[in-house]
Amino acid sequence: MSALTREETEALIQEVLEVYPEKAKKDREKHLAVNDQSIEQSKKCITSNRKSLPGVMTIRGCAYAGSKGVVWGPIKDMIHISHGPVGCGQYSRAGRRNYYVGTTGVNTFGTMNFTSDFQEKDIVFGGDKKLAKLIGEIEQLFPLNKGISVQSECPIGLIGDDIEAVSKKAAKEIDKPVVPVRCEGFRGVSQSLGHHIANDAIRDWVLPRREGKAFEGTPYDVAVIGDYNIGGDAWSSRILLEEMGLRVVAQWSGDGTIAEMEKTPYVKVNLIHCYRSMNYIARHMEEKYNIPWMEYNFFGPTKVAESLRAIAALFDDKIKEGAERVIAKYQPLMQAVIDKYKPRLQGKRVMLYVGGLRPRHVIGAYEDLGMEVVGTGYEFGHNDDYDRTIKDMGNATLLYDDVTGFEFEEFVKRVKPDLVGSGIKEKFIFQKMGVPFRQMHSWDYSGPYHGYDGFAIFARDMDMTLNNPCWGKMQAPWLKKPEAEVEKKAA
Amino acid sequence: MANIMIQRGSKTEYVFYLPKRDLEDDIVSMEFNTPEKWGGEIKLNNGGCYYIEPQAAPARLPISLRAKRLDAAE
Repeated sequence: MSALTREETEALIQEVLEVYPEKAKKDREKHLAVNDQSIEQSKKCITSNRKSLPGVMTIRGCAYAGSKGVVWGPIKDMIHISHGPVGCGQYSRAGRRNYYVGTTGVNTFGTMNFTSDFQEKDIVFGGDKKLAKLIGEIEQLFPLNKGISVQSECPIGLIGDDIEAVSKKAAKEIDKPVVPVRCEGFRGVSQSLGHHIANDAIRDWVLPRREGKAFEGTPYDVAVIGDYNIGGDAWSSRILLEEMGLRVVAQWSGDGTIAEMEKTPYVKVNLIHCYRSMNYIARHMEEKYNIPWMEYNFFGPTKVAESLRAIAALFDDKIKEGAERVIAKYQPLMQAVIDKYKPRLQGKRVMLYVGGLRPRHVIGAYEDLGMEVVGTGYEFGHNDDYDRTIKDMGNATLLYDDVTGFEFEEFVKRVKPDLVGSGIKEKFIFQKMGVPFRQMHSWDYSGPYHGYDGFAIFARDMDMTLNNPCWGKMQAPWLKKPEAEVEKKAA
Repeated sequence: MANIMIQRGSKTEYVFYLPKRDLEDDIVSMEFNTPEKWGGEIKLNNGGCYYIEPQAAPARLPISLRAKRLDAAE
């Protein structure tokens, strides 16, 4: 099927909206749009970061997911207490595959679940005593932890526990940072507010800890911010930066440590990969510590080269030379990858629906493989994300914010993309519909996808999924035969 | 009153950022722009208009300020 025209796409949106009641239709209408590159500000065409409509299937998470799951969770040498009932921590445990180096349970705790396991009596009488006891136990059982964060679940805010007071007292007792994070799940409309709350907690409780202490810096110090090392992403990014001569002081927060975060105010530039979840802290550091920040994109060789040059432009000639050297070194390798996979993937069409950064960041990587992104949308993006997306997407392509299960299915049925990239909740619906699907949150248990090394894996995975022979065998053989005969008879 | 941030821009001298609304826009005009008196009415590229209390120009940007909305774009 050829690409839809602007009118057809508009008609498609109207058709999908048809089934909603009047009020719901009015609400959802604002979240669906046809891309128009001439628009400067996304506000004019799409509404985002609004409360999801009750009664429809949304794919969003909660503030606790944003704070514990995304921002704090990957800090490997801290223990993150899921403070509240046991489920939130257990069901989100290690699900994001934030890789790290270390011995789990000894000096790193990334894949473990620590919870205060609230019972009825804790809700009635308050859980502060339990929290204090829990921190004491953690200190005894895991003495090599470098700090503790208290990630509130919904009941903490509802019953009004004073986790700040407990944390302050415990921090003095164990002489380690204990960070209370007020990320109760009911705050905000999606995980996005959780990111913000987590950023604010880092700003208030972590960054000031090393102020005024000695730091042996170099003029080439940078921090990688907003890379969660999913499947090793931060590692394949970091080696490129180091190869061009920069010194990566801190990784936020994939494979990161609290010591790295404390040292971040001494770097020369903050490099932001996930703008949505970490721009708050970058803006804070720009104001308070005078550290400039820039966004970069390490998906696909074109964007990597562009980003490496843009990063190098902030430094002296030595780094600029280094960037060119790195690009030249990987260029033939990447050309080989493209030569191998492009013929198999050329012209295929992709629909994306991911979180807060990939809906626009991976477009370049698909384009490097000759593929086209025909629809994209964010679970929890804000206006500024859509501002940036509009430029990256082709004209008359679909934009959908906080898409509902129904809308997404209908869009895929009508647009008929060759590949859908989204999360685990969408995966099996589309696979059962016979549409090739890749998880773009967890890289479908593959990865890394960042950097040059990541692109080779990305290309292989896309080919593996799209050209899998199983898609031609969606019908049971005993159902297929009669049909063929019917056709013969008809002919 | 809203918390805003004013930064240096690439296209224009200043960029306006309103975190609550994710609004990041160039400032096309500022009523006072001298070292002694700085601020007043500021006009944004999208047509919005805000007021910040005139003050001595900040030594360093970006800076967080309180601003009054006079006329928003929407």
